[in-house]
Amino acid sequence: MSENPPIATPDRPFPPVAWLSTLALGTVIVGGIVMSSYAPRPAPLGIVGALLGVAVVLLAAVVVIFSRLRDFAWATFGRVFKWALLAYVIEAGVIEFAFLHDHVSGAALAILSAMLVVFAVSVPTTIAFTVARYAD
Amino acid sequence: MSHVVGAVPEHSGVHERPKIAIVPVKGLPFAALGLIIVLVAIATNWKWLLMFSHVAAGGLWTAIDLFVGLVIGPIMGRLSIPARAEFSAKFMPAMVIIMPTLVTMNLASGFQVARLLGNLDSASPNHPWLIVSMCVVGVMAVIALGVLEPANIAVLFEMNKPVPNGERIGRLMKRFIYTAGITGIMQVATLVIMTRVATQ
Repeated sequence: MSENPPIATPDRPFPPVAWLSTLALGTVIVGGIVMSSYAPRPAPLGIVGALLGVAVVLLAAVVVIFSRLRDFAWATFGRVFKWALLAYVIEAGVIEFAFLHDHVSGAALAILSAMLVVFAVSVPTTIAFTVARYAD
Repeated sequence: MSHVVGAVPEHSGVHERPKIAIVPVKGLPFAALGLIIVLVAIATNWKWLLMFSHVAAGGLWTAIDLFVGLVIGPIMGRLSIPARAEFSAKFMPAMVIIMPTLVTMNLASGFQVARLLGNLDSASPNHPWLIVSMCVVGVMAVIALGVLEPANIAVLFEMNKPVPNGERIGRLMKRFIYTAGITGIMQVATLVIMTRVATQ
């Protein structure tokens, strides 16, 4: 038994990956609310498409940050990400099923589906990054 | 000051702590059942089952958020660190399964209920209330999915380490409890809106 108790080192700073992916999530949620607020009339797809574009840019920024990240627990990130992704793909699938059942089609369906992809990717990214940044 | 904690008394040694199941496998069939119920309700346009899914899941979601945020949270804050760790080791994995399932059931069935009852129509007197409700739920979803759930899972991973970082667990738990409190208070707004919609 060691004489001194182990002292945890302070957490090192990381780029704002979780903030960016959460912001992407928030953006598609706003887009979903805009679309729902117009139902059953067609929503202005320009506004919703722009919101989707912002979300995609935010996720792309996350990818760029990841590509430059050094000394990161990628194994932990991958392990958490794949299971979280499975869970959120199932959740997104349930919502997509509801859209298809409601006969949503065309550009509206394409945008809603792309928003669900952002949803299904952004939440696992936030979870996996939060876990991996603290991995030893 | 940073320090380390275990889920069991110090004399038992760090390696004797049982591993925490981050996702309790026994709960998965119940989650699957919940999702199947919603899928069947949507596919068949079964109004009662949709309403059941929406009300049952929504009631549980609201009650759990309020209870965790306003009752369990303050109690946990006053517990000793080992007691808090032991409680969290049992409580947090259950939340990993229960909350996303309830949220999915509630939102998916709720949208269908609103559509079937005509509340989504902009001419409906309930339409503005539904939009406000969506905004409230949207904020809660961002808080829950972007802050609360990652903190929950990170705590479980930290507790599974041979030498957990107590300061880090405390910080993440504080984040969990505060965000649960915020969503709990926002659930009161949801209760007001939903009872208004149901009686209008």
